[in-house]
Amino acid sequence: MPKGRYARRRPPSPGECVINASSSPPAGAAVHKTVTAVELAGITKRFPGVVANHDIHLTVRKGTVHALVGENGAGKSTLMKILYGMQKPDEGTITVHGEQVNFSSPADAIARGIGMVHQHFMLADNLTVLENVVLGSEKLHGIGGKARRRIKELSERYGLEVRPDVLVEELGVAARQRVEILKVLYRGATTLILDEPTAVLVPQEVDALFDNLRELKAEGLSVIFISHKLGEVLSVADDITVIRRGTTVGTAVPSETTPRQLAELMVGSELPTPETAESTVTDRPVITVDKLRLAAPGGKALLDDISFTIHEGEILGIAGVEGNGQTELVDALIGLRHADSGVIRLADEDITAWATRKRREEGIGYIPEDRHRHGLLLEAPLWENRILGHVTEKPNAKGVWLDPKAAQEDTRRIVTEYDVRTPGIDVTAASLSGGNQQKLIVGREMSHKPRFLIAAHPTRGVDVGAQAAIWDHIREARREGLAVLLISADLDELIGLSDTLRVIYDGKLVADADPATITPEELGTAMTGAAEGHLEHEETPAETQADVSKSAESPEDEAR
Amino acid sequence: MKKFDKERVLLAVAGPVIALAVAFVLSAIVLIASGKNPVEPFALMFEQAGYADVQVLILNQASMYYIAALAVAIGFRMNLFNIGVDGQYQLGAMMAAIVGAHASLPAFLQVPLLLLTAVFTGAFWAGIAGFLKVTRGVSEVVATIMLNAIATSLIVYMWKPDVFGVKIGNNSTTGEMHESGWIPGIDLGAAGEIYGLVILAVLLGIGYWVTLNRTRFGFDLRASGASSSAAAASGVDPKRMVLTAMLLSGAIAGLAGLPILLGDSHTYNLNFPTGIGFLGIGIALLGRNSPVGIVFAALLWAWLDKASPELDFHGYDKEIAVIMQGLIVLSVVVSYEAVREWGLRRQQRRVGAELAAGHVLGANNTTKEVAGR
Repeated sequence: MPKGRYARRRPPSPGECVINASSSPPAGAAVHKTVTAVELAGITKRFPGVVANHDIHLTVRKGTVHALVGENGAGKSTLMKILYGMQKPDEGTITVHGEQVNFSSPADAIARGIGMVHQHFMLADNLTVLENVVLGSEKLHGIGGKARRRIKELSERYGLEVRPDVLVEELGVAARQRVEILKVLYRGATTLILDEPTAVLVPQEVDALFDNLRELKAEGLSVIFISHKLGEVLSVADDITVIRRGTTVGTAVPSETTPRQLAELMVGSELPTPETAESTVTDRPVITVDKLRLAAPGGKALLDDISFTIHEGEILGIAGVEGNGQTELVDALIGLRHADSGVIRLADEDITAWATRKRREEGIGYIPEDRHRHGLLLEAPLWENRILGHVTEKPNAKGVWLDPKAAQEDTRRIVTEYDVRTPGIDVTAASLSGGNQQKLIVGREMSHKPRFLIAAHPTRGVDVGAQAAIWDHIREARREGLAVLLISADLDELIGLSDTLRVIYDGKLVADADPATITPEELGTAMTGAAEGHLEHEETPAETQADVSKSAESPEDEAR
Repeated sequence: MKKFDKERVLLAVAGPVIALAVAFVLSAIVLIASGKNPVEPFALMFEQAGYADVQVLILNQASMYYIAALAVAIGFRMNLFNIGVDGQYQLGAMMAAIVGAHASLPAFLQVPLLLLTAVFTGAFWAGIAGFLKVTRGVSEVVATIMLNAIATSLIVYMWKPDVFGVKIGNNSTTGEMHESGWIPGIDLGAAGEIYGLVILAVLLGIGYWVTLNRTRFGFDLRASGASSSAAAASGVDPKRMVLTAMLLSGAIAGLAGLPILLGDSHTYNLNFPTGIGFLGIGIALLGRNSPVGIVFAALLWAWLDKASPELDFHGYDKEIAVIMQGLIVLSVVVSYEAVREWGLRRQQRRVGAELAAGHVLGANNTTKEVAGR
């Protein structure tokens, strides 16, 4: 739970909230058939000096999707590890299909029909789907025709569209996930645990996944769905259990609950929204990109004719399905790749030829898309991570010498001001949770007073409390004149934070929109390349079409 | 926070201690298997370490091992595997010997000249591999292995009498060096003489630590080794860093043969020690690339080398020491990885535990700040 400014608002009184803040199953449950697939009762798990789970109650009805929501570190993972046999509870009971069980390994859990789809896929790229599925379960249906038939049968039954003889390396993220699901089904699972399955998917793929889940429950299987994205939870789940600080704090009925109420139950306080209050956009351009082009070695354009201007105090949001040039755009702006043609200007200076370090020294902040690969040295202590990316700048260095004392001192300041939850600055970055790692990165970048901030998925994989804090820091810097390029897969975040919105498709900026009026659905349509030009929030499709042709040229002018 | 510091020291020591214990046990098993007393050889070797003259031998040998291991360690710190230290130090020593035999300057110029000759020769030889990696993407492992072979041929060529060679009996040499380039040792009388350049090894160790831990360049180098992608995003030019690290590694490697050259042999001949570069790899591994750790590792290696000949006089084979060196390297690799992973996981758990117990850094300050607003 965040301390500081977010804690001052009081949660609404229980009476006005439809959420049933107790640990008993929701009232609606009685109406449906109440066959229990899995029941966890009074689960407590202690680690030396800490209680990870305390008196947890969770009842999953057969043939339903049961969502488990909670902040990072709330104890969801521990609970699922217990259910999946990776850890033993100190107290409490696990009941599967009415029978009390005692798991000592995942194999026991699988034998009882409990399967887990991990957040990070565990597939061998250079093997076929068939080989991946049978790997380790060769005894079930062999490795040949019988196994292939079984895979096809499962695939058709649950609408998974898995082809057994394709190499996994040729599959996209969504298809790999379906292979993982099929792998679990192949082993005879009747209860599936999905750990943050939508984190890696784009909106259309999420819808497809949810269709798959509905097929599964129609066939009488049960799904435990772990997620941060509350909108999704509400749309797919039949029951919701909220876990906070290691214990179940309540259950909710999706049809009677809003994402905000759910989030408030999760963090225990009322939440801020991503909406920026008043415009702070000025007419002083900070970053100007003109006709930027970047080609792959084969000659295919990864970025083509990209032009935009971001002014002081402006947040420019880039919407797009992942893989349409966002990564390349960020790389070109931070200097990891150099453009084949086009010009990038920071204020009045042409920085196209500048190296990454020079760009960072001159005030370009960078919150990378993949913090583990680009933002942190995982095995180095926090204070060395505070130096990373700013090794030539104060307080980290004096001349060519490092200044570890000053860097450590400043790390303590960042940890305090940005609410990074850590027992000290000498622990490795790897020991912090994702949200706290991200807060450290945001704190580090903001500490150098950037003029221009590249924020790629700044709140990805971050819990609600940290998300609000990061939004707030970006907003505050924007008020002081920061220009921000925001790239995000979270359309609510994009619409809520941005002053200007552009859509990237196949390496080109194809459309623009006013965040004040656009809806996520309209933006989603443009992200698939179905709409171009200026997107107006219109009642009828015909009018939209007319408007597109009329204002096809306008976004460029407007942005300049 | 102190707890984590103490734990880090404990983890740093645990790896080598476990590796050494395992290596000792395995060596003893080898001895038992060959029907010998598993304890006596070690007792004999420990006894050797007590004699002053053996101690001098060990120290002299360790100084060269230390320099070679530092050269390897610099590469390791940024994920470069410079196997070519062997060729680099031999060429460096030979070029210094040749320059020392033909140039005759006053000592205060001659000595720096010889050191620089060795440094530049080593850097040049390693730089070829660095250049190939940066421009053509050739693996530095392959390139440096090849360069070792080329260096050997080059040395044989330069030993020819019509090139730089001077035949003394059956021995090929590069001729006696001028005395202004000799570096006097520390005379301990009957025990022998400690090479003057042992001091150089110490200075290099200090320089290595300061550069890596206290300079911007050192931070960039370590960052590149820890995560090349994060380093690039932080503004390190990866190609330039590869080339610089290779040059630096080669420059240090070039110096590895000089303690004996300038302190004792004063010529590069057939008896000049070979293979120090390869031993340096194992020593750097055992010393965990730390300047202090490498001191202990180099001394241990030199002890095994210099104490083992005594075994021959007692009916044991002195090759036991070589077997032991091999076993140490093997167990080091396994135990370090195990300790590293265990340490990371343990810390993650402990951080979780501390947070849950409410030990959050600056928690008090936060409330104060909010009150101030």
